Amino acid sequence: MNGLPITEGDLQAWVDGRLPSGRRAEIDAWLADRPEEAARLAAYREHSAQLRALYAPVLKEPLPPGLAAAGRPRRALYLRAAVAVALFALGAGLGWQLHVSVGARAPAQEAVPRIVRNAVIAHATYSPEVRHPVEVGADQEQHLVAWLSKRLGANVRAPNLESVGYSLIGGRLLPGEPGPTAQFMYQGKPGTRVTLYLRTDATDNRETAFRYAQEGNVRVFYWVDRKLGYALSSSDIGKEDLLKIANATYAQLNP
Amino acid sequence: MDEASRIAELIPRLRRYARALVGERMGADDLVQDTLERALNKLHLWRRGTDLRAWLFTIMHNVHVNQLRARRELSALEGEAMGLPVRATQEAGIEARDLERALGQLPLEQRQVLLLVALEEMSYEQAASTLGIPIGTVMSRLSRAREKLRLLMEGLPASGRLHIVK
Repeated sequence: MNGLPITEGDLQAWVDGRLPSGRRAEIDAWLADRPEEAARLAAYREHSAQLRALYAPVLKEPLPPGLAAAGRPRRALYLRAAVAVALFALGAGLGWQLHVSVGARAPAQEAVPRIVRNAVIAHATYSPEVRHPVEVGADQEQHLVAWLSKRLGANVRAPNLESVGYSLIGGRLLPGEPGPTAQFMYQGKPGTRVTLYLRTDATDNRETAFRYAQEGNVRVFYWVDRKLGYALSSSDIGKEDLLKIANATYAQLNP
Repeated sequence: MDEASRIAELIPRLRRYARALVGERMGADDLVQDTLERALNKLHLWRRGTDLRAWLFTIMHNVHVNQLRARRELSALEGEAMGLPVRATQEAGIEARDLERALGQLPLEQRQVLLLVALEEMSYEQAASTLGIPIGTVMSRLSRAREKLRLLMEGLPASGRLHIVK
């Protein structure tokens, strides 16, 4: 070896194919005697290729309307702001209607309710799981529902959300106060996930309107229906889409 | 071609990068949208003849850091992993999901460098100027990012091993 000492920077540049050919040949020769180093660099190269392959499809995805508009000149931005305001007003109106139609009044502003906090924690913990998102899979749905009903001491059901494009993955039992709680997980076509968190709410047999909360990037609609409190969470979809699923869930649970 | 059209042409690449940086789709598109708004508002500050793509990525990094700060996730900036949600792409297989998850566990500053170099295929000089850091820092972050990613993909405790490797 007659060249300069080989640095980690040289090895990185070798991985990225950014070395002049002479230097590259020197590194090749150096690596020939060092199988461990060669394997390490080969893994780096492999990961770069995997990264490009993994995210390549994003380049071809159609732009969502908001982004397509953002690329246009500024006047379009004002228009879009106006649209956003209009959507917000529409959302507020919807919320208000639900409120009235379902009945009870929401309590005055309070700290984040415990059901929301617990639902968000459970969602954030399990929804990104790749290999073990649920304890019991949807293929054993009857067993799952019977088991959770028994442990929660209430008649639990997993709503069918196929009508809004979400399939049951399965569910799990979770610790809670005062008793165990449960989580069902659903997945939509683009890989988006929502979780339905349930707990018994024995203190008061009542119904409440949908309420909405956001903790970090997790959006939650929650409500109480007779013996059970529900919280529907997602970090993958917006408030309007989540509301649609909440409505479908409520309809399924109250046929 | 005017700058606004050139920016529009770069949107897919901004989305791809944001998806890898942020992890989940909605957050990534929010980031792209905020980036585009700021870029269009500050277009008069862009110096003609300089790299428009690098300029946009610089803006995106600033917007992203501001978003994180707004969410009080400052720990991520100080080199702590973020534990991102990891469903960035459609129908990703288990191996791809492992890669997404490992990527999400890299500290932000390492993830930025790795993605600029490996995904965006920037030269080290471009990455350095995009991030406003010396090229030596790019190299050391790149090296740490790759090794941590490798250990994560092999299922080894990366944080523990890194000190020894370093």
